[in-house]
Amino acid sequence: MNVRIFMASAVILSGLCLFSGCKPKNMNNAVSADAATKAFVPPGQYDEFYNFVSGGFSGQMAVYGIPSGRLLRVIPVFSVDPEKGYGYAEETKGMLNTSHGIVPWDDLHHPELSQTNGEIDGRWVFGNANNTPRVARIDLTTFRTAEIIELPNSAGNHSSPFATENTEYVVAGTRFSVPADDVNGDIPISTYKENFKGYISFISVGKEDGAMDIAFQLQCPGVNFDLARAGKAKSHGWFFFSCYNTEQANTLLEVNASQRDKDFIMAVNWKKAEEYLAAGKGRKVKTKYAHNKYDENTHTAVSEIREEVTVLDTRELKDICYFIPCPKSPHGCDVDPTGEYIVGSGKLAAVIPVFSFDKLQKAISDQAFDGDFDGIPVVKYEAALYGEVQKPGLGPLHTEFDGLGNAYTSFFVSSEVVKWNIQELKVLDRAPTYYSVGHLCVPGGNTRKPSPKYVIAYNKITKDRYLPTGPELAQSAQLYDISGDKMTLINDFPTIGEPHYAQAAPAELIKNNSVKIFKIDANKHPYVAMGEPAAKVVREGNQVHVYMTSIRSHFAPDNIEGIRVGDEVYFHVTNLEQDWDVPHGFAVKGAQNAELLIMPGETQTLKWIPDRVGIFPMYCTDFCSALHQEMQGYVRVSPAGSNLPIAFSTGGSQPESK
Amino acid sequence: MNSFLFVTALIMMMSCGGEQNPEPKNDSATTSQKGGQEAVVDDESQKDVVKVAVGSPDHTTLVAAIKQAELVASLSNAGPFTVFAPTNAAFDKVDQATLDALMTDEKKMDLQNILEYHVTVSALKAEYFRDGQVLGMVNGDNITVNIVNGKVMLNHTATIIASVPASNGIVHVIDAVLLPPAK
Repeated sequence: MNVRIFMASAVILSGLCLFSGCKPKNMNNAVSADAATKAFVPPGQYDEFYNFVSGGFSGQMAVYGIPSGRLLRVIPVFSVDPEKGYGYAEETKGMLNTSHGIVPWDDLHHPELSQTNGEIDGRWVFGNANNTPRVARIDLTTFRTAEIIELPNSAGNHSSPFATENTEYVVAGTRFSVPADDVNGDIPISTYKENFKGYISFISVGKEDGAMDIAFQLQCPGVNFDLARAGKAKSHGWFFFSCYNTEQANTLLEVNASQRDKDFIMAVNWKKAEEYLAAGKGRKVKTKYAHNKYDENTHTAVSEIREEVTVLDTRELKDICYFIPCPKSPHGCDVDPTGEYIVGSGKLAAVIPVFSFDKLQKAISDQAFDGDFDGIPVVKYEAALYGEVQKPGLGPLHTEFDGLGNAYTSFFVSSEVVKWNIQELKVLDRAPTYYSVGHLCVPGGNTRKPSPKYVIAYNKITKDRYLPTGPELAQSAQLYDISGDKMTLINDFPTIGEPHYAQAAPAELIKNNSVKIFKIDANKHPYVAMGEPAAKVVREGNQVHVYMTSIRSHFAPDNIEGIRVGDEVYFHVTNLEQDWDVPHGFAVKGAQNAELLIMPGETQTLKWIPDRVGIFPMYCTDFCSALHQEMQGYVRVSPAGSNLPIAFSTGGSQPESK
Repeated sequence: MNSFLFVTALIMMMSCGGEQNPEPKNDSATTSQKGGQEAVVDDESQKDVVKVAVGSPDHTTLVAAIKQAELVASLSNAGPFTVFAPTNAAFDKVDQATLDALMTDEKKMDLQNILEYHVTVSALKAEYFRDGQVLGMVNGDNITVNIVNGKVMLNHTATIIASVPASNGIVHVIDAVLLPPAK
């Protein structure tokens, strides 16, 4: 290949500069002049919204205040977090248990707030683990992960966890189709078309306690499921899933999954599926999946392996699934607040198709089908189509709604947010993002009742937006005021991991329910020390259990002797404080596992195996009080065969005089 | 090297001089300064597809057209893109009056349509192409690949004469302009 003509030179570089223009000195492109007054939350005042932002590859979920963009908390969900001890303390390890054992790092893409009557109710936020498929429920009274359920027959849980309008279910559609868990998977990859199936899990959510269970799975043709939204209002009872790779390629999807002009949105009548389930039409599939629940009384995760799931075969059980053709690898699949319009966003498409729920229903009753795909009827495109937005931008991805008849769609390739009117299919406004936007969030923008004040863009590429920090840069979010006709950029803030998707809820729905302390009287941890007199050290063979307490500004006990090299020492530390925002930490020298962080009223456990003889200091790691630096103690470690008995004390023995 | 830096710096200063003072008369809430990824100052990374085209003396017409069609920011994105880049000689084969008309603001949509017909989202090396392969282009229309005597042709019209990898995709230099199918 002749590349000589492309050789770089000074002429080229200078030409480039002239050509592209230079970055304006202030770098504040398209920023609203009154941005400061709109986005500024004065010190001591609260933000208007909680923004739950996925951490993407970090596996966690971050909570920001909107409009300030201030980071309020990182909630550990699918990855260990040394800041909170999550996955390190013995009590939380079980939360990360799977049928494969403990998975310390996963990939969280989509937060989903629970809903009642199609509106955010502020009780829970769900999140998906992509890699080892799971769904987590986070309790918004504690901002902690309360429950995680693994998904059998699945791989790459991307189309998840989207909720129905009363949180009857959250769903989980597999990105990778795979052979079912109960059939032989030792088969050539090239037999994809015959042997690979796509599974969609309907996870029921307890009305009162939020407890999750896989009610049933749908076995669907082998494609990639990407995203989903529940029907709402008139379309409640239906669910819509975007599908790509309907080419059923198993290699180089970059080329091979872009061949067809249209892929599908799969419409699922889940009420019909419930009927089949009740009629006993499901197949019991033997499998293994973990269900982990954090018991707030024992402050301990309980992990169990479940062994059966019910699968409904959508090819045999008619009227559950229908495919709607949708241009070019649809990504977003979003239902407007009325439940009538379903917006598909083909990431390689030049139009945004808007489908009509009413037309879809008519098309189904008229059997306006173009044959079938793997046994699932394919509805005629025109029969379900309300209309197309022509030339909206390049690379449409995701749509949120303002409840005023308008939609906001993100465009990755052209790096912009486009506001358009749904009924008129007309573009109303465009705003650039910096750079390469993925998902958008309007608070409540996926529900029946959005708060049409802001749209937040979550960007994949940062480059020069902030002070540089080497090759690894924080990704970013940009906040636009949408209260007027035009979108105006008013704030910009860095995020943790990849801010893949986010939802936001009015602060009023959540803030008054926030737990301040755990009641010590309700602590049912098996190794709790209910007060300093209960502090003790107990040897059981080579295991030593330290029932330890912490209160400003000492541990009990703080002198421990009789520990031997090779012992398994468990420090069960109970924080006796009953005072908001007074956690204690715990660390012991040479601990290869971790430290602890213990909230008021809570008990957490550190396992430590001393590897040598000597004196080992321990201390409080979370600045707790004026005498935090005095909060310390010692452990004496004797040789393996030592006869020194266990001894412990707090304040009993004074320093020897000589 | 010193003189090179000096010349570059001088030109940068000249070209940026006018932009240092914000427009004082702008009353609207929003300023409309342009500045997407194309404006990121980065001489360390591999060149993107736009910079590759800008760096080619044989693609000045294409570059002018990309600029007129306001596609610079999009093509500076992460992509990945395959860009079929007609040479100046290829554009010379197009009727000059038609070309001039396309470069007017009134015909901007048509120009965008034509240029977007030269881009697909996916980085396709020449060896990935197969005879009869259909490529979905950014404008929504398709291109058919033909392999003729070992050379890659598009729509039996344009031949790939060189291929240049870029940071965000690949540029295939072609010897004719591709026109989207009439609607």
